[in-house]
Amino acid sequence: MLKIRNLESGYGKLRVLKKISMHVDAGEIVTLIGANGAGKTTLLSTIAGLSRASGGDIVLFDQNLKSSAPQEIVKAGCSLVPEGRQVFATMRVEDNLILGGYVQYQRSKGYCQSAELAAIYDIFPVLKERRDQLAGTLSGGEQQMLAMGRALMAGPKLIMMDEPSTGLAPLIVRDIFQIILHLREAGNTVLLVEQNAKSALAIADRGYVLETGKIILQGPAADLLGNTDVQRAYLGRDVDAATATCDI
Amino acid sequence: MTKYWEEEKECMSRSDLEQLQLERLQSTLFRVTTHVPFYRKKFKEEGIDPDGFTSLADLSKLPFTTKDDLRHNYPYGLFAVPLRDIVRLHASSGTTGMATVVGYTKNDLKTWSTMVARIMTAAGVTNDDVVQIAFGYGMFTGGFGLHYGAERLGASVIPISSGNTKRQIQIIQDFRTTTMVCTPSYALVLADAMAAMDININALSLKFGLFGGEPWSEQMRREIETKLHIIATDNYGLSEVMGPGVAGECLERNGLHINEDHFLVEIINPETLEPMPAGEVGEVVVTTLTKEGFPVIRYRTRDLARIIDAPCACGRTLRRLSRIIGRTDDMLIIKGVNVYPMQIEAILFDIQGIGPHYQIIVEREGRLDKVQVLVEVVEGIFFDQMKKQRQLVDHIKKRLAAELGIGVEVKLVEEKTLERSAGKAKRVIDKRSQTRE
Repeated sequence: MLKIRNLESGYGKLRVLKKISMHVDAGEIVTLIGANGAGKTTLLSTIAGLSRASGGDIVLFDQNLKSSAPQEIVKAGCSLVPEGRQVFATMRVEDNLILGGYVQYQRSKGYCQSAELAAIYDIFPVLKERRDQLAGTLSGGEQQMLAMGRALMAGPKLIMMDEPSTGLAPLIVRDIFQIILHLREAGNTVLLVEQNAKSALAIADRGYVLETGKIILQGPAADLLGNTDVQRAYLGRDVDAATATCDI
Repeated sequence: MTKYWEEEKECMSRSDLEQLQLERLQSTLFRVTTHVPFYRKKFKEEGIDPDGFTSLADLSKLPFTTKDDLRHNYPYGLFAVPLRDIVRLHASSGTTGMATVVGYTKNDLKTWSTMVARIMTAAGVTNDDVVQIAFGYGMFTGGFGLHYGAERLGASVIPISSGNTKRQIQIIQDFRTTTMVCTPSYALVLADAMAAMDININALSLKFGLFGGEPWSEQMRREIETKLHIIATDNYGLSEVMGPGVAGECLERNGLHINEDHFLVEIINPETLEPMPAGEVGEVVVTTLTKEGFPVIRYRTRDLARIIDAPCACGRTLRRLSRIIGRTDDMLIIKGVNVYPMQIEAILFDIQGIGPHYQIIVEREGRLDKVQVLVEVVEGIFFDQMKKQRQLVDHIKKRLAAELGIGVEVKLVEEKTLERSAGKAKRVIDKRSQTRE
């Protein structure tokens, strides 16, 4: 579905992504893990067209998106749930959602998205309850759901999520991950960027490990969970200490 | 019947496969340059920037890795992970020269058994089969490689190991073995022994044979299939790269599907080191794409084969490797002509009245090379009739001369006089190197 080859991107003179190659197949949850500053968010915003790629290719369904504008990329079927939710705090929940579906706006028909809205409310009943509230009054978890719902309104084939668990209580994080699994079961394809490597790998099919702008490891999520380098660097497990304890 | 083990991988489109190969190659290059001083140094010497690697075609810019490199780094010098992460060690079978050591992480073992399960499925084996593994266990990768693959598949595995032909036959009968795993030459040893014991082949449960570990010929396949009433398939692998599971034949029996999502295979000219034109025979060069413990970049296998690009009727999109027609190091240069023992074998198998066992002896008489081929006849036929014997010898000579372009001596020997081997058969005795010193 999505194929990225030798992608390079950065800010000014700073090269952040160094020849990234990766792909996402239809129906998969693929996770991108890595430490702070590895380039995860840059990668997502480059795919979404918010940062300009300086080299390489981004191909979604045989369509090269490298030089497309963000709104064209959304139309091509790729939506982003940005880091830190970025909901419009002073707008109603429902208006936030309707804005997410702007690509389907037709001058003759206006905004007629009751079917899409109903589908989103099915997945996130809490949003229906709070449809008339201002988005800024929602809790962190609800805002995350709103951000996800807003992205889904565009009817994406690929949904990219940037750190959906940031700043949320562990129980809420579990709900969010359940929803991601649910989205996949409903036929969606998910590219998930996470610092919470363990939870991300637990629900993902495959993973890529990003370090200082390069993909250093990749494979089935279960294999990455079993890889000692990943354990040491991203899962917070002190392998040396564990071995030492075993020796005693 | 399960036709594929991992259909989504085995029947991948070429563009998806190439994407996957590129991703995996890029991270393999990153890992070898970070963790293996040998590669770091070599890339630096040759001015190669592993970050500048943007397409599969760039592979040809990378330096080769040879058996000697492996030896110089004996035992652990080329491992890309600390020994703590290695859970298994094997050594090459040392067919030629000193052994080399290879290591596997937990993930490597998982991949390995998946690869073997794939080739076994392709060869017709299912979880209903009883698989008798008559490869040597121990340091050689053949035994354990097939063992874990067959277990992954869910088959019933008999880890009998090599040798003790009588016991092998007993087990084939008693355990109702359906699948034999051994070298092709040992399959013939078994067939001959069963014939000598007057065993009714039709009363056995044997259905499949997976043969590897040494080059063999189409004629030998026919002979094994006729004598044992099985479907015989070829499979390929070498310990330096992983072990068995690099490539294996499907039931079409027309070339070995390479597990290309894990191994990149190139064919090069062993003298100029340039890539061979598509479809031509040359040396097989392998780059691993997923190995963690012991990745290799452009390993020169010294095996000679060609790549078959045509689609296969089985539906797999993985390209095929032809049978291994020989090794660069057993290529004999006789009177200036390149001769591969497999060429001689192919002709011998085609001729009526002689057995599957032969030996090639190369000597130097004065300044001239002399080749003598010893051939076993079957059932001592017409040993009493000198004339017919001479006719047969002349016939073999003529066929060999026509194929090889050089004259060779042919000598008939009685049945069972040539040495039998439970492992890899020793077909060539080159006495010239001794004379030279």
